[in-house]
Amino acid sequence: MQQFINTALGGLTTGMVYAAFALALVLIWRSTRVVNFAQAPMAMVTTFVALAVIDAGFSYWIGFAVALAAGLVLGAIMERGVMRHVQGKGEINAVILTLGLFIVLHAAAAVVFGNDFRSFPAPFGVRGIEVGGRTVALTGFGIFTIIAVLVVMGLLVALFRFTDLGLRMRAAAFNPEVARLLGVRVPRMMTLGWALASLVGSLAGLLIAGGSLIHPSYMDSVVVLGFVAAVLGGLDSPLGAVVGGLLLGVTLAFVSGYLGSQLVALAALLILMIVLMVRPGGIFSTTAARRV
Amino acid sequence: MSKQPTASRPSPGSTGASRVAELELDRVTVRFGGLVALSDAALTVRPHTVHGVIGPNGAGKTTLFNVACGFVRPDEGQILRRGEHLTRLRPSDLPGLGMARTLQGLGLFDRVTVLDNVMIGADRHARTGFWASALAWPTSGREERALRERALGALAELGIADLAPLVAGSLPYPLRKKVALARALVGEPELLLLDEPASGLAADEIDDLGELVRGLTDRMAVLLVEHHMDLVMRICDDITVLDFGRVIAHGPPEQVRNDPAVLEAYLGEDV
Repeated sequence: MQQFINTALGGLTTGMVYAAFALALVLIWRSTRVVNFAQAPMAMVTTFVALAVIDAGFSYWIGFAVALAAGLVLGAIMERGVMRHVQGKGEINAVILTLGLFIVLHAAAAVVFGNDFRSFPAPFGVRGIEVGGRTVALTGFGIFTIIAVLVVMGLLVALFRFTDLGLRMRAAAFNPEVARLLGVRVPRMMTLGWALASLVGSLAGLLIAGGSLIHPSYMDSVVVLGFVAAVLGGLDSPLGAVVGGLLLGVTLAFVSGYLGSQLVALAALLILMIVLMVRPGGIFSTTAARRV
Repeated sequence: MSKQPTASRPSPGSTGASRVAELELDRVTVRFGGLVALSDAALTVRPHTVHGVIGPNGAGKTTLFNVACGFVRPDEGQILRRGEHLTRLRPSDLPGLGMARTLQGLGLFDRVTVLDNVMIGADRHARTGFWASALAWPTSGREERALRERALGALAELGIADLAPLVAGSLPYPLRKKVALARALVGEPELLLLDEPASGLAADEIDDLGELVRGLTDRMAVLLVEHHMDLVMRICDDITVLDFGRVIAHGPPEQVRNDPAVLEAYLGEDV
């Protein structure tokens, strides 16, 4: 029983990170119909930025804030400087471009930050907290992870649902032609969309790094898992991305805990295949149902 | 070209500064590859009038509209708004220029409420900058409420305020059309472009629409593309007739109606 609870709690925590990462993919997919494969190395770069700040003698929290800000800026630069130039020239061009960015960012990070494994600090304990004399597999950092992701999601929901800016962003994503006609500066909304997505991705990067080792390729496995989570949720739905991330995290934790950790990657791809075959529109495939 | 180019215009003596054209297209030519969609097309929309653009299918009406709102950039010719040249006109400039356009396909955001749909169009008056609202600056909340008020006002004006909380996609077509119109009006344009406003409406709804459009002229000029000939003849002050991308006639309705070139374009030769 204790193992069951611990496995579930561990899965929930990592699931939250997958959810954040999937959310970043969904934000970009919704507004530009691009699957951003460069999301992982972008988050890797911002985490290295955080480490550089912390190594320079600043506190963890300064590093954390700088990394998120760097994520915002990096996302905007990617959209303005690179992605905009392939817009409207076939969807595959943009996707291939993000794959290219994946490789370029990897190489650049190895040159700038070095190709070694380096330890990344955590602001809270990484030991399980004690409940009634027993240690539960929920660490202080795990609780922070869950809260941080929930807060960011809450802010995003508030932005999209309750502000005029969010309304314009949604308008630009759903129907750019009409939005332009109504005075919405669609290119600017796209830049902001990329910036926000990159910020959420950076958060995921920081949370994965906390209390463990980072390396230019430490985020690579998360690309696959985040993508699976996003597809589980239907790629178009932010809520679906979150639920997909949690489902995936818990499922993989059970696979790892009861069947063996070597099967995790296999299980993730198996889930992806099953979803694509049985429900290609994702678990919440509402748009497919409406397409009559 | 018109047989009597100046007949419909006010005489030069009455042309004061306030009578400068809301919109003027001057010898506009648009080519799509080898196809000439518009050839030397010209029209002038006078303030506080309804100006109709008619012509057989494929005559270039939609292209002309797309030029006027920046979707298509003309290969030759100029667009003037109140005498000023609009070079590099972009669709997102329209609200700032006091212009609004409705679309044939309506272009409503189906999964969003009617109120939100209209609020997007109300943004011309939103003063809060991009960063202020991104950071939820205190002023943006007040702006937000003001936008909401104005959007509700626009809906009330068309008698559909009660639809505000409903999802736009759930409404029947004539009501969706009204929502699209409210969204165009909420920015308080001085020039309204209507793309086939009567299509899909019943006869009594078309009569109401005609009255509504006439009523708008004390606040704005209206340029409309329409197939419904009765409506056009009834509500327009000026009419421009296009055929194969050329202006074959323009003038007041009674003159255009009897123009031999127009009859030929619509009915064919040797009638």
